This record gives sequence, C-alpha cells and structure tokens, in this order.
Amino acid sequence: MSFFARFAQNRGALVGLIILLMIIAMAILAPLLFPESPWRMVQRPFLPPLSQDGFPLGTDTMGRNVAAGLMHGAWVSLLIGLVSTSVALLIGVPLGAIAGYYGGLIDDILMRFTEFFQTIPNFALAIVLVAIMQPSVTSIVLAIALVSWPPVARLVRAEFMSLRNREYVEAARLVGQTNTTIILRQILPNTLSPIIVLASLMVATAILLESSLSFLGLGDPNVMSWGYMIGAARTVIRQAWWLSFFPGVAILLTVLALNLVGEGLDDALNPKLSRER
Amino acid sequence: MKHPLALAISAAALAFTTTALADAPQQGGTVNTIVQPEPPGLVLGMIQNAPTRVVAGNIYEGLLRYTTDLEPIPQLAESWDVSDDGRTYTFHLRENVTWHDGEPFTADDVVFSADVFHRELNPSARAVLQHVESIEATDEHTVVFTLIEPFGPFLLSFEAGTFTMVPEHLYAGTDFRNNEHNDHPIGTGPFKFANWERGTVIELVKNDDYYEEGLPYLDGVNWHIIPDGGSRAVAFENGTIDVLPSGTVENFDIPRLSEMDNVCVTEEGHEYFSPYSMLWMNNREGPTADKRFRQAVMYAMDREFARNVLWNGLGKVPLSAFGSNARFQDDSLEPYDYNPERARELLEEMGYDGEEVTILPLPYGETWTRWAEAVQQNLREVGINVRTQATDVGGWNQRLGDWDYDLAFTYLYQYGDPALGISRTYLSDNIAKGSPWNNVEGYENARVDELFNEAATAYPDEEREALYKEVQEILHEDVPVGWLMELGFPTLYRCDVKDLVNSSVGLNEGFRDAWLDR
Repeated sequence: MSFFARFAQNRGALVGLIILLMIIAMAILAPLLFPESPWRMVQRPFLPPLSQDGFPLGTDTMGRNVAAGLMHGAWVSLLIGLVSTSVALLIGVPLGAIAGYYGGLIDDILMRFTEFFQTIPNFALAIVLVAIMQPSVTSIVLAIALVSWPPVARLVRAEFMSLRNREYVEAARLVGQTNTTIILRQILPNTLSPIIVLASLMVATAILLESSLSFLGLGDPNVMSWGYMIGAARTVIRQAWWLSFFPGVAILLTVLALNLVGEGLDDALNPKLSRER
Repeated sequence: MKHPLALAISAAALAFTTTALADAPQQGGTVNTIVQPEPPGLVLGMIQNAPTRVVAGNIYEGLLRYTTDLEPIPQLAESWDVSDDGRTYTFHLRENVTWHDGEPFTADDVVFSADVFHRELNPSARAVLQHVESIEATDEHTVVFTLIEPFGPFLLSFEAGTFTMVPEHLYAGTDFRNNEHNDHPIGTGPFKFANWERGTVIELVKNDDYYEEGLPYLDGVNWHIIPDGGSRAVAFENGTIDVLPSGTVENFDIPRLSEMDNVCVTEEGHEYFSPYSMLWMNNREGPTADKRFRQAVMYAMDREFARNVLWNGLGKVPLSAFGSNARFQDDSLEPYDYNPERARELLEEMGYDGEEVTILPLPYGETWTRWAEAVQQNLREVGINVRTQATDVGGWNQRLGDWDYDLAFTYLYQYGDPALGISRTYLSDNIAKGSPWNNVEGYENARVDELFNEAATAYPDEEREALYKEVQEILHEDVPVGWLMELGFPTLYRCDVKDLVNSSVGLNEGFRDAWLDR
C-alpha cells in the first residue's frame, strides 16, 4: 500500500488534511483578497456579520474588517507554528541524538539540562521569555521554541538508545564510519517518522501558545493574529460575540486539523504500530 | 439666620448644578460608592494620589473651592482680598468652624498647615510656596500671605487636595508620618471618618456640626474596595453600588452601564485636573526632530475617530498646547484637522526617506492599546514607516526617562493654570533625564522659556494673557508634542443621587451637597 493510501485509510486524517489545505489557501490568498492592511479602519465599528456587503464577518471594535483579520491571521499563525517548530527541532534533535548515542555522562548532563526546562511550566516560561525580550514575532518564535524542544530531545534520545546497538549500526562502526556519519546517515533517518508525527502536533501546540500569548497582550503589536483578535474582543464579548467567535473557530479548526493529520501520519509511517480500526 | 455670603454661595452652587433645580433636597440615606485602588492612607496633605483625594476630600477641606469654570469660591475662607501689586493675599476665615474632635479651626491652623506641614511633606504645595515670602495670622480668623513677586495662579492653589488644612493641635511638634492620628483622620469637612476595614470598605459618617447649615444631607458614604474591574461593573449593575467614580470601570463597559435605567453620566468634575493626553515626539533625533514631520503627524491622526470610537464620544479634540479648561486659551488658532493629504505633502517637502519610527503605547489597558493601533494605522496611511513596541509600566517609565523613544502616549494634569500644569512640558530648564513627566520631548526654545517665565509672575491677568497668546502661537507652529485628546473621565451614578458633581474636582468633595431622592 502506498504511503498516501495508508494515510487516507484514516478518514479523520483526510478531513484534517482538507481543512489544513483550506487554511493554507486562506493564508496565501489573504494579500490577494484583502490587499489592504487588516489594521485599516474601514467601516463603522461593531457591524454584525452579513449586515453589509464586503464585510461577511462584520467589523471589530474599531471598524476593522474581521474577515481580513482572519485571513491575514492565518498566515501569521501558520508561520509562527512552522518556524517555531523548526527551531525547536533544531535544538531538540541534536541534543537527543547526542545524549542517546553516546550515553553515560554526556547523556546525564544533557538530560538534566532538558529536565531543567521540562520542570518549568511551558506557558509560564513562554510568558516570562516574551516579556523579557519584548513582544515581537522573533521573540515569540524563540520563546515557543525554547519551551517546546524538551519532548523532542527525549523522543529522539529514546529512539537513538534503542537503535544504537542494532546490527546495521554495528556494521557501520566496523567499516570505520565516524560517529557523526553514523548519527546523521544511519540512525537519524530511521527516527524520522516519530519526529514528523511529533512535529505536526507541535505546530498545533505552537499555534495555541502564540494565541494564548497574544490573548494576554503579549503578541507582536504589529501583526494581526487570531489570538490578538480574541484578546482584543474579550472585553466586548457581551456586545459583539462575532469578534471572538470566528478567530476562535479558526484556531479550533487549525489545531484539530493538525492533530488529525498527525494521527494519520502516525498510521501511515508506522503501519505495524497503528491501532486497529 | 443665613449669612448673606452663604446665600451668594448657594446661588452660585445652583448656577452650575445641572440637575433638579426645583426639587428640595431630602435628608438622610447612605451612598455606596467605590474607591479604586485602595488608598495607602487618608491623611490628605501627606498623600495626594487620586484614591486618597477622592475619599479624604470629604473629610478635609481647603481654603477655597473652584467652580467648573475654575472660579474660586469660599470654603474655609469666607472671603479674600488681593493687594493691587498682586503680592499680598489676605484670607478671612469662617468663624464657626470646628475640627471633628471639637476644637475650633483658627488662623493658626492655616499657618501651621501651609508653613510647616506642607513645606515638609507636600511637593506640589511646596512648588507654590517657593513664591511665598511669609505667612502670618494677623488675628484669630485672618491670614496674610505675602509673595516674593506676583504669581498669577496663586489663587488656584488652595484646593483641598493640594493645600489641605490639617489640625495644628494634633500635629504640631510631632513626627507627622508616624502621628497616631493618621489612622483616624480629623478634618473640618462634611463627613467624619468612621471605620476602615482594610480591603473591604471605608465608612464615612455625617458631621453633625458642619458649619454649612443643613449640609451634608447624607447620613454617610461607604467607599467599597473591589479589586476586579468586572466585579465593580457587576456591583453597579446589581445596585450594590450607587456611584462609579471615573476610572473605576473599563471604558468599554461604560456604554452598556450608562444605557441602564436610572443611570446618569457626567463628564463634569475634572476641570481642575483636566487630564490631557499627548503624544511625546522626540525633538532630539530622527524624523521627529523635524517640525514638518511633527506637523504631518498632527494632520495624519484622525482624532475625531479616536474620540468617537475609542472614548465613546467623551472628551474633546484639543486645539493646541492649552486645553479648553486652561486659563488664557487662545481659541483663534487654526486647528490641525484630519488631513492625510497635507500630511503627505509635508513629509515629501522634508524629504522623509521612510526611516522607521517607533510608537510606545501607554500600558494602561485596552483603550490605550487600541488607540495606539489606530494612530499606527493613521501614520502608515500617510506613508510613515511606524512600528509599535509593547511595554509594561516599568518599561514605559524607564524608556521615557531615558529618552529612548520616537513617539509615545501619555497624559498629564493641567491644574487650571498654564504656570501650574502646562509650562512644565515646554520649558527647557525642565529637561532632565529620569522622569517621564517633565519636558520629555526635549523641546528648546528660548523665546518660549522667556514668555512662560514672564507670564507666570506677570500681573494683572491681561498682561499674562498677551504673553500666553504669543507662546501658544509659537507652540502651535512648532508642535513640540502631539495634542491628542482632552480626556473625558465620566462619572456614572444612579439618577436619584442628586447634586453629586458640583465643583471642578467633582467627587473629591461631591458628597458635601449630594442627596438621595428615594
């Protein structure tokens, strides 16, 4: 069975993929459909959805187009999710690989270091980091990456520990390959599937983290993100439900889609391990 | 028998109260209101922050009160004379005034409060007292202030919160800050301190021996302490609270609350402070150092929009450096109306190259954040490359104190007279690192310095007016700072609380004349 066929066997994953593609399309089409800045105050404030042409989702507290904000926000959320996950992988994978491959004292040191990060609650640490570095896209990406790499390191370490004594690794060692080559060329490729699955879930978590930070007012004040939209609308939720409802649904759908896709990837990459359906 | 002057005062009081002229006030009842945040103490004169003023302004009094037009009217001083050279002020005190502990209030209390107590403890009173050569009690009910040179705003300095009268017999010769009476403040005001349950409520009760016959009408005022803004709004909605002083609920709650039945809103009662919101523009470096850039910013901002949308239509779009409540405002100046076209022209003329300019919003809550977003968008639309930097209160103070900003939001009190609240923003000798309240923008203009300094001590008012007119013209052209908004700080109250706001400090002394129509 092909990879995609295995993936598609999981109906949920397929739905998730479709939703995700739609959201990606939103992000890409945003500048075409709404070429103007989403910060532009274009109409009366508090227009309800569908009450006026061109404003299908209404306007916010300052007369900004909610639909434009939602589309532009998709770009910000996906970008932050992807970049911060990549950064987290760049930290977690090498650390986990070295710890798992060498073991012993190195493993001890690296794992104690990892645990240091794991013992601090993610969100609290992210808040502190963003507050210290001043809110901006860069500081948010860095903060999210810094709080989300430990699970990656632990996963990769566990994989490396179970793989490092396999025969093909022994063989590589016998023919004189260096440790670096063995880590990069022999073991790492075999750990990719769990990493990919984990990464897809991490993107979802990162989007949630960014939204929570923006909700608390720690978002980059120069970009319109979904979390910002909800945070700004929170105070008027009794007068204007639509301001927090639509970005809320967008976050929900994106995170759900990413989780479904992650599960599908898990099924497709580890056919033997996947649950019976 | 009523004193003729008391009659004159009541007539004056009637002239500037807006509600229920025909109804006769009723005696009795207790009003529940809010103080936010909990004050650190209630000895006015020792502590002058807003929560202390709003509660203790009903316990303590000053020599004078001020109408909403900032005209002085009698409080503890029954009348006063000013000598022709503007250097000698003679106050004739009321004769039937007693402290809450029964001791009579005399001229010695005034001399002690001004010359000893405030000189030691009160920086804002000290700023006025530096113009005073001597303070003397010529008899038991007469006090004479002699000034070194005429000081125009002198008569505006006797408000209860700034120049509080404290009892000499309890404080003289003691360590003021550790005086045992600080926990049980003794004043001359219409209400007496009764009880303070920390974190819950401060209770004031009627002063039966108050010198104004018949006043106060209320039996008491309870100041509740509710730390959460949402809970304060709910307490008002469900009727626990009768009066919401300005600033006790979030702006966005105000339209909802004010649309409720039996709820009245007033913007009056802040004329003395006249909070004026400004945009600091760094005059030292970057594009903001160019006058044309600063003018462009003024034309680019849609301040009418900000007023209508962000401040719910409250407040005023200002004309220039002098707010509309300030004395000597020159209203003939050409307003900086919203005009993006003109802004673009100015930017082109100066050859603005798109250099990035940062905005520092005021970290005081949602309204200010939204406002910074609106201004950011306004500026972008005329082609200014602007980036917002979010910060907390500490960071905001520090960056302004270090002059590390391009544009920054703030608001300042005006205190009625240009020499008290306005000149401090523009005088070059008020440029000093470390404070976010002085001449933060770094504006230096020798002629402006000269005019402000001359006007502060010029006498009489016509002379001052001419000097201030010239200074306003220069400032209007130079735009040292952006003039954003004369903020409207609404007080919300049940409509059956009558005559609540009747002077320029509003609730700070409002319960004196208030009564319940229930």
